[in-house]
Amino acid sequence: MSVIPLTNSSVSPLLQVRDLKMHFPVKEGIFMRTGKYNKAVDGVSFDIMPGETLGLVGESGCGKSTLGRCIARLYQPTSGAVVFNGTDISRLGRKPLMPFRRDIQMIFQDPMESLNSRHTVGEILEEPFIVQNIGDKAFRRQRVKELLEVVGLPARSVTRYPFEFSGGQRQRIGIARSIALNPKLIICDEPVSALDVSIQSQILNLLIDLQKEFNLSYLFIAHDLAVVKHISDRIAIMYLGKIVESGDGESIYRTARHPYTQSLISAIPVPDPHHKSQRQVLVGDVPSPINPPSGCAFHTRCPKVMAMCRSAAPVLSTDRQPVSCHLYNT
Amino acid sequence: MSETILSVRNLVTEFDTDEGRVRAVDDVSFDVKAGHTLGIVGESGCGKSVTALSIMRLLPQPIGQIVGGQILLQGEDLRQLSIEKMQKIRGARIGMVFQEPMTALNPVHTIGRQLTEVLLLHKPISKNQALREAVAMLDKVGIPAPDIRMGEYPHQLSGGMRQRVVIAMALACQPSLLIADEPTTALDVTIQAQILELIKELQNDMGMAVMLITHDLGVIAETCSSVVVMYAGKVAEKGSVYDVFDHPTHPYTRGLLESIPRLDSVPKSHLSIIPGMVPGLLDLPAGCRFENRCRFRKDSCTRAVPSIETVNSGHEVSCFEWRDLKENASVNGNPGTGGDSATFKMSAVA
Repeated sequence: MSVIPLTNSSVSPLLQVRDLKMHFPVKEGIFMRTGKYNKAVDGVSFDIMPGETLGLVGESGCGKSTLGRCIARLYQPTSGAVVFNGTDISRLGRKPLMPFRRDIQMIFQDPMESLNSRHTVGEILEEPFIVQNIGDKAFRRQRVKELLEVVGLPARSVTRYPFEFSGGQRQRIGIARSIALNPKLIICDEPVSALDVSIQSQILNLLIDLQKEFNLSYLFIAHDLAVVKHISDRIAIMYLGKIVESGDGESIYRTARHPYTQSLISAIPVPDPHHKSQRQVLVGDVPSPINPPSGCAFHTRCPKVMAMCRSAAPVLSTDRQPVSCHLYNT
Repeated sequence: MSETILSVRNLVTEFDTDEGRVRAVDDVSFDVKAGHTLGIVGESGCGKSVTALSIMRLLPQPIGQIVGGQILLQGEDLRQLSIEKMQKIRGARIGMVFQEPMTALNPVHTIGRQLTEVLLLHKPISKNQALREAVAMLDKVGIPAPDIRMGEYPHQLSGGMRQRVVIAMALACQPSLLIADEPTTALDVTIQAQILELIKELQNDMGMAVMLITHDLGVIAETCSSVVVMYAGKVAEKGSVYDVFDHPTHPYTRGLLESIPRLDSVPKSHLSIIPGMVPGLLDLPAGCRFENRCRFRKDSCTRAVPSIETVNSGHEVSCFEWRDLKENASVNGNPGTGGDSATFKMSAVA
């Protein structure tokens, strides 16, 4: 599926995120007063279409995982809207949220930490049905068998424990659990970062197949731009809680506009010794989201910084490849 | 012709485990030359870190033991040295950088104290001289306001800055060999680029040999002159980066190069995969260790262990079938850089 322009009214977006903010209070001093806020996600908007993958890229601490958790409603966002299939779920309580929990699932980075080590694989995969009160025991057993087959694990895995599996197989268990309730959207939070190269490609292929088979939408969060570009239809680049550029994968890679995107792409080591990189090595570290720089948050590291970048914050443009940078504000 | 700094010959390292004795490194040989960078690449459990620990004689005791081979540092066999002599070599002639800078630094000592400790231990200098040298070293690795940083603790620095401090410690005594075990794996790509650039600059400056261990083929291609590909404790293939990336000869190397997603690959296309997973060291196959995952397997591969054969000068491979595989290399070989076929052809000629 290629890019679906937002003007296409025949298909409505599955997910619409509008001006989403997640500010964590920072407790300080001996009285643990809240003085400052960690603005992990600070005004993010995007759409995801049915069957589409949006890749979310950024360095550690840019807020990409927090954003994913807000959409899965593991966090209650500070403000903004998360509209899923027409309903704003950002303020819903536990009960009204239940049906949406079926539709939005998550896959985590470390399959060892996200699977209960005291439960067998059968119990882990049955749990979503029990929580949502779906089917009787026989039905659940049957579904677990089917799920194992879909993700390519032997049926005898049912009675085994997570530690008996390798990292790649554990991630398959995590994926099986996430698709158990026929969700519409899966938040994949660094699903292949902990895996070896030869296993990583197996898991990516599985995710691509599942998407085709069940018409899933993915929000694919990762720091590896090559992986994200491979699996995504569109990509959004995050820096310090804000999206700085977005567009379809090919344009982001070929004609990156934001200086941050450009340096991010040039920093990726290319597995070809003939490749001579025109590397823009960024100086310094990512600033703290508790005390972000004034103006454009990237101005402290930007190779093309101008005077106005220090004082005025740029806004995301509204063209085909939205970018938030004064260089393009003409 | 540059001097060979480190020469590892037929290294065999074993571990005693509850389930029996395992051979984590089996008959591994390679050389590292002054001013050059050798990359060791492989997946978890392939023995790349154990190789590094064996060279430094830092294997967990008493379970880990070097049972065969030689480790020659500028001609001197490190295996024959006493513990005291080995301590004089670590930090002075071999510098070490590990993956996680927070665990490599002592959290309760200041940066300055940890840096001067190395200098005072290995050099006949006064405390004041050591302090001056430490500040100069921090400046050299690109730490702003080094004299202030001297009084700070590791937790006050960012991940990238910490790794710079670890590099400063490793290089404080101008070692002839730097061993870097996944030095950038815990860092973000933009910081990784900074650190790799820094190691390159310092190498040009000081002329040391670098042995870089990583799982990232991209890092190898960009920073190394030669590479050793390890699989389940053995060398699968080794050669210059041009040999190995342009003409990958071992099916494992080819599988690895084909399975990584590239920025110019077709989105949502199936990546080629290496089926199955690495065998456990306790139940290794009798023949070639890659046999159960290899798409070119023949019956003979399951019976005998292939020895290292020479493809051409400096390019070696451990595979029975490599000559036959070479024929169809153009079909399945290194996919190169997609639309960039011109550079790919040029490289084949060179």
